Amino acid sequence: MERILSFDQLKKQYEAVKHQTDLRLLTLNQAPSFIQLPEPYKRDLSVRHLMVCADTGCAASHSLGIADLLEKTIEKYGLQDKVKVIKTGCFGLCSQGPIVVVHPERVMYTQLKVEHVEEIVQNHLRDGHYVEHLLLGAREGNPTTNYDQVDFFRKQTRIATRNCGLINPASLEEYISQKGYLALGKCLTELTPDGVVDVVKKSGLRGRGGAGFPTGMKWGFTAVEKEPQKYVCCNADEGDPGAFMDRSVLEGDPHSVLEAMAIAGYAIGADTGFIYIRAEYPSAIRRLLSSIEQAKEAGLLGNNIMGTGFNFNIELRLGAGAFVCGEETALIASVEGNRGEPRNKPPYPAAKGIYGKPTVINNVETLANICPIILNGSDWFRSIGTEKSPGTKVFALAGKVNNVGLIEVPMGTTLREIIYEIGGGIVNDKQLKAVQTGGPSGGCIPARYLDTPIDYESLQVIGTMMGSGGMIVLDETTCMVNIAKFYLEFTVDESCGKCTPCRFGNRYMLDIMNKITHGQGTREDLDKLSQLGETIKEASLCGLGQSSPNPVLSTIRYFRDEYLAHIDDKRCPAGVCTSLLQYEIVPELCIGCTICAKNCPVQCISGAVRQVHYIDQAACIKCGLCFSKCPKKAIIRK
Amino acid sequence: MSMVQLTINGLPVHAEAGTTILDAAKSIGIKIPSLCYLHLPDVNVVCQGASCRVCLVEIDGRRNLAPSCSTTVVEGMVVKTDTSRAVEARKTMLELMLSNHPHNCLFCKRRESCELKALSAEMGIDELPFQAPVPEEELDLSNFSIVRDTTKCILCRRCETVCTQVQTMGIYSGVQRGFHTRIDTAFHTPMMETACTFCGQCVAVCPTAALTEVDNSAVVFKAVRDPKKTVIVQTAPAVRVALGEELGYPVGTNVTGKMVTALRRLGFDKVVDTDFAADLTIIEEATELIHRIQNNGVLPMMTSCCPAWIKFLEHKYPDMLPNLSTCKSPHEMLGAVIKAYYAEKLKVNLDQLVVVSVMPCLAKKYENNRPELSDGTYADVDIVISTRELAGMIKHSGIQFTNLPEGDFDRPFGESTGASVIFGTTGGVMEAALRTAYETITGEKLEHLEFEEMRGFQGIKTGSVKIGDLKVHVAVAHTLRNARQLMDEIQNGTADYHFIEVMACPGGCIGGGGQPYHHGEMDTLRKRASALYTADEAKVIRRSHENPDITKLYQDYLGEPNGHIAHELLHTHYTRRNKH
Repeated sequence: MERILSFDQLKKQYEAVKHQTDLRLLTLNQAPSFIQLPEPYKRDLSVRHLMVCADTGCAASHSLGIADLLEKTIEKYGLQDKVKVIKTGCFGLCSQGPIVVVHPERVMYTQLKVEHVEEIVQNHLRDGHYVEHLLLGAREGNPTTNYDQVDFFRKQTRIATRNCGLINPASLEEYISQKGYLALGKCLTELTPDGVVDVVKKSGLRGRGGAGFPTGMKWGFTAVEKEPQKYVCCNADEGDPGAFMDRSVLEGDPHSVLEAMAIAGYAIGADTGFIYIRAEYPSAIRRLLSSIEQAKEAGLLGNNIMGTGFNFNIELRLGAGAFVCGEETALIASVEGNRGEPRNKPPYPAAKGIYGKPTVINNVETLANICPIILNGSDWFRSIGTEKSPGTKVFALAGKVNNVGLIEVPMGTTLREIIYEIGGGIVNDKQLKAVQTGGPSGGCIPARYLDTPIDYESLQVIGTMMGSGGMIVLDETTCMVNIAKFYLEFTVDESCGKCTPCRFGNRYMLDIMNKITHGQGTREDLDKLSQLGETIKEASLCGLGQSSPNPVLSTIRYFRDEYLAHIDDKRCPAGVCTSLLQYEIVPELCIGCTICAKNCPVQCISGAVRQVHYIDQAACIKCGLCFSKCPKKAIIRK
Repeated sequence: MSMVQLTINGLPVHAEAGTTILDAAKSIGIKIPSLCYLHLPDVNVVCQGASCRVCLVEIDGRRNLAPSCSTTVVEGMVVKTDTSRAVEARKTMLELMLSNHPHNCLFCKRRESCELKALSAEMGIDELPFQAPVPEEELDLSNFSIVRDTTKCILCRRCETVCTQVQTMGIYSGVQRGFHTRIDTAFHTPMMETACTFCGQCVAVCPTAALTEVDNSAVVFKAVRDPKKTVIVQTAPAVRVALGEELGYPVGTNVTGKMVTALRRLGFDKVVDTDFAADLTIIEEATELIHRIQNNGVLPMMTSCCPAWIKFLEHKYPDMLPNLSTCKSPHEMLGAVIKAYYAEKLKVNLDQLVVVSVMPCLAKKYENNRPELSDGTYADVDIVISTRELAGMIKHSGIQFTNLPEGDFDRPFGESTGASVIFGTTGGVMEAALRTAYETITGEKLEHLEFEEMRGFQGIKTGSVKIGDLKVHVAVAHTLRNARQLMDEIQNGTADYHFIEVMACPGGCIGGGGQPYHHGEMDTLRKRASALYTADEAKVIRRSHENPDITKLYQDYLGEPNGHIAHELLHTHYTRRNKH
C-alpha cells in the first residue's frame, strides 16, 4: 500500500476498498449499527470468500493445514478465480473448530479435518450443494445453513471483536475497509487531545482488564501531567486460566489495538507505546510485529502520522510468564526489565509509570473499544449495555456448557441468557451448579443468581468480579471445594512473594484446603480459612493478593454445606475428591464378568469368573476405571 | 511545604504534606510497628516497599488496610491504628512471618539486636497459628566479610534496596516466587565471585541475622590469649564515636579513653591508633596530589582509603584505576609500618606478631586478605574485626565498660591530629588533605581550618580552594550511587576536578557496615559525625603534617614522603575485575 500522507488520502483509500469485504458483511447479523450493509444486497455466487479461522484455537486443530489444502484443491478444480481462501480471526465458537465459513451463503462448516476438504470443494464450491454432515449443528442432528441465525451468534453484540472472523488480520487494506484508522485520522485532524479524552470519558467505557476503572478518567489523569515524556501501554498479559479474549483480538484484529494506542498517545501526549504481551502468545506477537511494520510503512504509525506531525511508535515487551505481571505496577517493573513485582500505589501509573513517566495502561479489550467510540460517538456506546457499565464484554465461556468459546454480549445480559441461549445449555442436560467468573480473583456464583444482569457492580455484590472475562460453567458433578482449591493452587504458584499475606497466607489457606479435601479438615479450619482469607484480602499489596481468597470465600459463602460434607461426613458429594471416595462392588449385581479386574491398573480387584468380585480398599487408587467399565453398574461410588 | 490536617485515633495531627502516616503518628506519640521500612533521609536511604505489611492501619473510606510506611497524609484523612481490625491484621502479618522462621533465637547472632524478635515481643506474639518447616540452612561462607543465612531472611528487601538503590550494585534480587521466594545473588553465585564490594550496608540494614559479618572475635581471643604472640591492635576514627552505643553510652559519645583501656584489658599488647596512620596517609596523599598536579599526572586523583570504593572501581570503572591514589588505606599503612619497622624495635619475630584492626567496616575484612597488601609472606594486617565485634568481645569478657578509667594509646603510633579523626565521616579526608596541601604548597598558615562546604551529608559536595596561584577543584561523594554519578560525569567530560574523595557508606565510615546497628535512626549518623568534628576541635594539633610522631617516623625510618621506603611500604596497586 502506498504511504498515506493525509487524512483525506486515507478517506479516499477507504472509499476505494470499502466494498472489498461487503460479501461477508451480511453474515454479521449483529453488526454494530455503524457498519452500513450494502442495499440491496445481491446474492452473487460468482465470487466466494472462504473464511478459515486461523486463530490459535483452530490452528491447534490444524486449521492452517486445512486452509492450505483448500487452496490447492480449489486450484485443482479450477475454481481459484471464483473462490478466495482467507485466514481470519476467531468466530468464537471454539468448541466447533476448525471452522470454515463460506460467503456469501453464510454457511459454517465445523469440526473440519483435512479429509473433508475435497468434499467441500467438490460438492459445495463446484456443484453448489452444501455438505450437510459438516454443517454447524449437524452433529447434534440440527444442521443449519444460516449460521448467524443460531442463538450463539444472534444474541451477541460484537464491538471489541467486530473484525474477528470478518477480515483478514494480515491485511491492512481489509482493516481500512472496515473504517480502519479513520478514528485516528479523525482525532488527529478534527479533535483536540482534550476532546478525545472527553469523548472517551462521556462514553463511560470502563477498563476491561478487571477492575473496571473509567478509561476516560485514566486518560485524563495522564493527560494533565506536565512531563514531556509519557507512555501508552497495552496490557496483553492475559493470564486467567482459560481466558483468551485478548489473544483473539490481537490475532484477529491487531490494527484496532494499534490504532487505539495511537489515539491514546495523541490524547495524553505520548509518542511511544509498549505492548506487554505474554511470550506464550507467539502468533499474536508475530501478527503484532508485522502489523506495526505495515502501519509504519503506510504512514499510519511512526513519525508524522498522516502528515499531521504526530509521532507514535509502538514496541513490544514480552512477559516471561508471571500472572502477577498483569497487575499494572508489576507490569511496569517487568517492562523496565526488573523482576515483575507490584509496588504500593500511589503514585499511580498516570503520575509515575514506565521509567517513572506518566503512563496510561489499558487492557487489549478496552483499547479495542476505542475506535468505534470515536467514530460513532459516546451516545452510541452508552446506548449499549447498562447505565453504569456501558458497552459490551467479551467472555471466554468454558466448562460444562455446550458452546465453549468466545462471546461478546452487552453489559447487563443475564447469566441465564449467556449459559442457556448463547451457551446452548449444560452438557448432557445436567444441573447447573455455579458459574465461576473473574478467574483466580473471582468467585463462584450459585445457580440461584442466574438472572443477575452482569456488570461490574452486580458481580461484586454477589461476591465475585468481572475480572478479565473468564466464565466457567460448573455443573452438579463439580466439587466446589475442589474448584476453589484449584484456583488457590494457581495463586499460590503465581504469587510474586513480595508481601507477607500473599506469600504465606495463600499457602496456609491451601494447606487447609488440602486437609479438607483429604477428609482431615475440622470446623475450626473453616473459620480459620474465612479469617485468614479476609485478612489476606485486606492486607495484601496488590490486586492479586487482595482477591486471591475470593474463590474460597465465595464457595464457603454459597456452598458451605459442601465444605461441611467434607469436614463432618468425610464425603465429597460430587464424587471428585479422590481421598474421600470409595468404590464398592454390590454383590447382588456383580455377575463376575472380570472386566473390572482386567481394567484395574493396580490389580486390587479379586474374584473368580462368575463369582462376586471384591475391591481391596487399601490398594485402590480410586481411579474410577472399574466404575466406568462395569457393564452391570454393579460398582458404586460412595 | 504545605501542611495538612488529619486525625489519627481521634487526635488532631498537623503534618507536612508528603509525610507518611507512620511519621505523622510518631509525631504525636503513636508508634505503629514497622519492619521493612527504613528511612535515612539525609543520606538518601529509603526502603519503602511496603512488603512486610506490619504497619497496616485503617483509613476511613478505604476498602482495605493501608501500609502507613508508604501512604502519605492527605488533608482530612481519618486514620485509626488501634482498631481490632488493624491490630489483628498487623499481628497476623508478624505471625505469618514467624511461621517458618527458625526458633533458635538463643544462639542467634542477632539475639540482642534482632528487630523481628523485638517486634514479636512488642506485639505480644504468644503462639503461632500457622507453621511451616524452616527451610534447610545453606550458608554463604564464600567471602571474608559477609555471611548469608537465607533461613533467617524475612524478605523485607532492605538489603536489596540498599544494594540496588543506594549502592547501585544490584548484587541481590528476589528469586523464585510465592512461598519459595528468597533473596539471592544472580544464578546463586557465591558472594566472593560477584562484584560485591563488601561495603556491608546490607548487613547494616538487615533486621535479622540473615546477613551478618564474618565474626573474627574468636580468632582474636585466641591470639591475645596466646602468650607467645605479641598482638597489636589499632582502632579506626569512626569506631570511638559509635562503640559506646553498644556499651551503655548515649549515641554520639566519644569513648576513646575507655576503649583503649578495654582493649588493654582484653589482652592486647599494644593499643595504637589508626588516626596516626590517617595523618600518615595525608602526608603521602597530599604529596602525591601535589606531584600529580605539578607534573601533569593523572587527574583527578581519587582517595583510596575505602576498600569498597576501590573494589567498586575495579569492577565498574577499571579504566579509572590510574586516577586512584596509590596510597594504601590508613590501617594497612600502619600494619605495614608495624611489621617492617616497629616489630624490629620490639624485637618480635613476624611469625609471632599479630596486627588486629578494629574497623567500622566489613570491606576491610576483605581488604586485609588482598595479596598485594603484604610483604609477600606476612599480611600487613592479620585480622580485622568490626566495632560490633569489639563490643561483643568486651561484653563477653565481663568488662564493665562504663566504669573503666580512661587510657591513652601507645606511642609512637598513638599521637594523632584533629585532621585524622575526621577521616571517619564523609568529607573528612578531603578536609584533612586540604589543610596539609594548602600549607605545604603555600607555606602559609590557614586562618580558618574548617572547610564547611566539605561537611554534611549532601550526596556530592564540590568546591574550589585557592592554593597559591592554583585553584584546586575538589569533590566529595558518599554512597556508590553518588560515586557512580561522579565517575560518569568525569568520563563524559562534564566535570573537572583535581581531587575527589569517595566513601562507599552513607555518611562515610560512621555509617559503615560494621558499626552498631542504627536501626534506621538518622540521628545516630548525625551524632556520630558531629562527635568526630567535636574531637577535631578539641585537639591541640589539627594538621596532619604537624603530628610530631609522624615527623619523627619520617626522620627515623621512612625518609621522604613518596620516597623509596614509603613507596615500598605505604603504596599499592589495583586490579581490573569483571564487570559483574
